[in-house]
Amino acid sequence: MGMTIAEKIIARAAGVTEAKANDIHTVELDWMMSNDGTTHLTIDMYKALSSQKIYDKKKLVWIVDHNVPCDSVKTANSHKKMRDFAREHEITFYEGAGVCHQIMMEKHVSPGELIFGADSHTCAYGALGAFGTGIGCTDYLYAMVTGHSWVMVPETLRFNLHGQLKEGVYARDLILTIIGRIGANGANYMAMEFGGDGLKTIDMAGRISICNLCVEAGAKTALMEVDDIALDYLKAHGREAKQVFAPDADAVYARVYDIDLGEICPVVAKPHFVDSVVPAEECLGLHIDEAFLGSCNNGRIEDLRVGAQLIKGKKVAPTVRFLVVPASQDIYEQAIREGLLETFIDAGAIVMNPNCSVCWGSCQGVIGEGEVLISTGTRNFKGRAGHKDSFVYLGSAATVTASAIAGEITTADRL
Amino acid sequence: MGKIFKFESDVDTDQIIASQYLLYPSIEEMAPHTFESLDPDFAGMVRAGDYVVARDNFGCGSSREQAPRVLKELGVKAVLANSFARIFYRNAINIGLPVIVCKGLCDHVKAGDDLEVSLTEGVARVGGQAFACTKLPENLQTILDQGGLIASLEKPSQDKED
Repeated sequence: MGMTIAEKIIARAAGVTEAKANDIHTVELDWMMSNDGTTHLTIDMYKALSSQKIYDKKKLVWIVDHNVPCDSVKTANSHKKMRDFAREHEITFYEGAGVCHQIMMEKHVSPGELIFGADSHTCAYGALGAFGTGIGCTDYLYAMVTGHSWVMVPETLRFNLHGQLKEGVYARDLILTIIGRIGANGANYMAMEFGGDGLKTIDMAGRISICNLCVEAGAKTALMEVDDIALDYLKAHGREAKQVFAPDADAVYARVYDIDLGEICPVVAKPHFVDSVVPAEECLGLHIDEAFLGSCNNGRIEDLRVGAQLIKGKKVAPTVRFLVVPASQDIYEQAIREGLLETFIDAGAIVMNPNCSVCWGSCQGVIGEGEVLISTGTRNFKGRAGHKDSFVYLGSAATVTASAIAGEITTADRL
Repeated sequence: MGKIFKFESDVDTDQIIASQYLLYPSIEEMAPHTFESLDPDFAGMVRAGDYVVARDNFGCGSSREQAPRVLKELGVKAVLANSFARIFYRNAINIGLPVIVCKGLCDHVKAGDDLEVSLTEGVARVGGQAFACTKLPENLQTILDQGGLIASLEKPSQDKED
C-alpha cells in the first residue's frame, strides 16, 4: 500500500520500510529548534537531571525572537539564561536575527527531514518538504538528551490545488479560507499535504505562509510536494536536497480536497478565532487603530513588496499606527536595498527590527482596551495582541496595508 | 472529589496563560495569571483536587508548555473535555497532568458541581450520573504512570555517566 509524504518521512526517521497512520514509532530527529518562549524552562529542567548530556549539539538551534530587544528585567534574565547555556554548550544560537521559522527556512531546513520545534508554527517547514511539528519543552528536553522521540503517524488530508490565484489574492487568503472551511480542529492530529498543478503558481513565500498556518486547523504538520521552486530556494540558500519524498499514487488519505485557486477571494479572520473567516468585503469600513505587517507568516520580502507598492506615494491614516516588521535580518537588508523601508517610513509607518512583535502580544506594539488591530500575524485569539478586551482581524499583506492607509478595513482594489 | 471549573470550546493556550507572563522566571510566578482573560477569579478560587471541564478542542494554539504547567501548579487534578488540541494534550501527559477525553460530560455539568474521577475505572461521576472516559493509549498511560516523560530519563535502568 502506498504512503503519504508524512508516512515516508517518519518511516525514514524510524529506520523502517513502512509507516502507516496511527502507528507509533521512535524516530531520530534531524533538528531541534527552541526559542525564548520556553527555553528558560527547558534549561531549568535540564539542570535538574541527575545525568546531564546533550545527544548531539549540532542538531540544536536556539533562537531569541519573541521579545527582541527584551522588554523587562524578567525577560532579560530569561534571555541571559538561554544565551549563557548556548555559549557554554556550543549550541547554534541566533539573537535578533529574525523570527525562528524564517531563520530555520533560510539556514537549516532541508527536504525529508523530521524536525521538532518548541513552537507551534514549526509546521512551516513543510514548504521545503520537511516534517516540522510543534512540541513543548518537556518533549524538547527529552529529544535534546536522547536525540529521539516518539511520534504517532498522522492521518493525512490531501489538498490538490488547481488553477491560479486571481490578481490581488494571496496564499494567505487561500490558507485562511481553508482553515475557515475545515475549522480550528479540522486537521487535529493530522498532516495537511499540498500538491497539484496550482502549487506551481505559488512562490516560496506563499508556500511558507500556507504551511505555517496549518496548526491553526490543529494540524500536526504540513507538507508540500517538492518541486523546482523549492529546490531553487534551497540552492539559493546554499543547501542541496539529500532526500525528497513524493507521495505514492495509491497513498491513503483521510480526505481529499480539490481547490480551485481562481475562486479564492481576499478574506479576513474575525476575532477571536482563526477559523472565523469571511470575505474581506463583509468587514469594509470597520475602524482600526493599528495595522501590523510582519511575522513568520507574512513578513517576507514578497509581503513587504506588496505593502510598499500599495503605500508608495500615500500616507498611513492619521488615526492608525502601522507597524512594519521584516521577518529576518536578511529580509530587512534586502528591503533596504530595494528602497521598501524608505517607502514605508515616508508613508508614516513604524519600521522595526525583526522579531515576533505584536503577533504574540507581549513585546512591541501591544494594543489597549477596546482597540482594533488588523494583522498579518498568526493568531487573533482574545487578548493575543494586548488587552483582553481588544480585537484582532487577520488578513493578507495587501489587505492590512490598504486598511492602514484607509484607517478602516478595506481591500487593495478599493483604494 | 473536586469542584468543576467549566469552559467552552476552542479554549486556546493564550487564554490559559497569556504571552506576557511566559518569560517569568518560574511557573509559580505565572500561575496567579491562569485563565486571567476568561475567568479572573480562577487562580484564587481553584483548590488542589479540582477539575477543569471543557467542550471541544481544549488547549488549541500555541505550544507553550506553561499552559498545562500552571494548571498543575494550581492543583488541578485533571482536565476533562470532548477533545483536546494535539500539542496541549501531549504536553499535559509529558508533565503528568491527566487529560481525559470524556465526551458529553460538559453538557451535563455546571460550574461548581462536585466531580469524582476514577482513572483506573475510566469513569467520571457527578450528581449520581456516570460518564465513560476514553482510555489512554498504552504508551501515554505509561508516561503518566511514571509521573511524566522526564521521569523516564531518570530510570535506574538507563546508563548513567560517572
